[in-house]
Amino acid sequence: MAGREAEFKRHIQEGGQVEAGDWMPDEYRAKLVKFIEMHGNSELMGVLPEREWILRAPTLQRKLALTAKVQDEVGHAQLIYRVVEDLGKPREQSLEDLIAGRAKFHNVFHYPTKTWGDVGVIAWLVDAAAIISQKALLKCSYAPYARIMKKICWEESFHILHGRDTVLAMVNGTDEQRGLVQEAVDRWWGPLMAFHGTQIPADEDPMIEWRIKSQANEEARQQFLDGYVPQIWELGLTVPDPELRKDEETGRWHYSEPDWRELKQVVTGHGPKSAERLEFRRASREETEWVRDVMLAEAA
Amino acid sequence: MGSRRDARRGGVIWEVFRQERPGAAFQHGGSLEAPDRAFAEAYAREFYGRRNESVALWVVPREAILEVDEPYVADVFDRDYRRVDGYSLKTKLKEARERARTTAR
Amino acid sequence: MSAHAPPLAETLLAIADDELVLGWRDSEWTGIAPLLEEDVALSSIAQGEVGHARALYELVARERETTADELAFERRPEEYVSSPLVEFRLVPDWARTIARRYLYETADAIRIETLKGSDDADVAGLAAKIEREEAYHRLHAEMWAERLRDEPRFAAALEELWPYVLGLVEPGDRGELAHRIGREPQYAVERGAHDDGWPALWDEMTSVRRSIPGATW
Repeated sequence: MAGREAEFKRHIQEGGQVEAGDWMPDEYRAKLVKFIEMHGNSELMGVLPEREWILRAPTLQRKLALTAKVQDEVGHAQLIYRVVEDLGKPREQSLEDLIAGRAKFHNVFHYPTKTWGDVGVIAWLVDAAAIISQKALLKCSYAPYARIMKKICWEESFHILHGRDTVLAMVNGTDEQRGLVQEAVDRWWGPLMAFHGTQIPADEDPMIEWRIKSQANEEARQQFLDGYVPQIWELGLTVPDPELRKDEETGRWHYSEPDWRELKQVVTGHGPKSAERLEFRRASREETEWVRDVMLAEAA
Repeated sequence: MGSRRDARRGGVIWEVFRQERPGAAFQHGGSLEAPDRAFAEAYAREFYGRRNESVALWVVPREAILEVDEPYVADVFDRDYRRVDGYSLKTKLKEARERARTTAR
Repeated sequence: MSAHAPPLAETLLAIADDELVLGWRDSEWTGIAPLLEEDVALSSIAQGEVGHARALYELVARERETTADELAFERRPEEYVSSPLVEFRLVPDWARTIARRYLYETADAIRIETLKGSDDADVAGLAAKIEREEAYHRLHAEMWAERLRDEPRFAAALEELWPYVLGLVEPGDRGELAHRIGREPQYAVERGAHDDGWPALWDEMTSVRRSIPGATW
């Protein structure tokens, strides 16, 4: 098999693509399933911090926009799990693993949301961080995934605008509203900085070797800082990192080292909200098991 | 096209093809799971139409699709007679025009 | 319209409040619907409901010199005229949720048909637009009702909610509603008293809005 695998790797590294029915090394398939499943889990778990705010939205327009945004995220989860399923792992299995705490999802979805300020900051900054990663995945060697990423990126286009619009309304509003935004930025900054993962060099990252990812973690983070710190500062908001600055000569941002231990703990299910959210999922799933049984019975 | 129905506990997988503009070709948009045609239609509308991004959809059970890899079978002998680059008219045309000119005098 | 018909603005407000609250209750399924595909579909329906509520509030708001948002979020809980049917918290019971959707859409179709015949051109026009979108809601509800037809819990849910659905429409329309559903008309639970869960719903729904009065969001 070694020869076939080497040929496969060459094909990948020369920019070749892989389809669902193609032969692929076990390692490639396994890494794909894990990576893509984590993405699906993240989209699904990301719904939970946001859904309560649909119910509390302060205007009809915000209510509609947030409902549509969250709807898109559930839709993305569906698309992503379909890709995982076509790689051989059934969706029900992915969902069971998720609820049992056997699967990971991104750090940001393990944290609580406390105010309407969070709603704006999440849609503006957390989504922005995610979109940077997602755009890099457009070049994934696994074609079915690259194709859905195209749809996902297109659909995400209004999410950031909704976030920014929500934030701007508050920043231009009362002192108390401004305070909500600043407080949310202060709380979300840590998770945001850890979001793209450790500074593992590209040539040491097997995900890049297999061309599943095409952007190093640190590049994604730099891109985020470059795009969004100026946006934060121009509103007169501060970032809670005294080390944060751009080296004008190198163009690189300097920042305080994120808490990698916290990141590891959180993504393995020990974040402040992890257990509660998984339990909520588990309970709802149990309550609706009979519906799935009815759906799967032969059509009348 | 990936795992078939019997590999999972689930329902039927449907492939959705969408037409972006009137008259355009139908292109594959994605797949979804639904127990029957009514649900497949409802979900296809949701996923590929709720933003008014498609003017029409074709929703097909995956099992109905015959997947053909490496479609061409006769690729060994040259068949340039079927291609535009298999025809080089330049020299003959030059000769024909010359002839017509001399005959006309 | 009969001589006893309520003023148009009151009718519109009742429908708007019903749609707003039902949209709120349907949104409680966000992220936890039985299937991901269904989660997306129900979310569209919830958006439709809130969108219709908004359009109806806007009509009433013009008359009362206020805004749709103020009508939606700044009345006292006792000033809302939503029916108890839409206020019931049914999640995570899918059978009751679908029963409500199915019954509600049929009743709502009758109300909207009546509005389409209104002398007020704006109201008639809006009703026609709403009816176009509601057709899809009805299709969805009927599709599910068909699939759950043999489930005892679904039959029980229809039984339980039927008196409340009758209360959604004018007395003169209840015979037609019964005919469309295929059930006997019986006593109706009239609009008026709110469900026990209403104060908590109102509280959560208006919490952010009330937190900073007069703010622009």
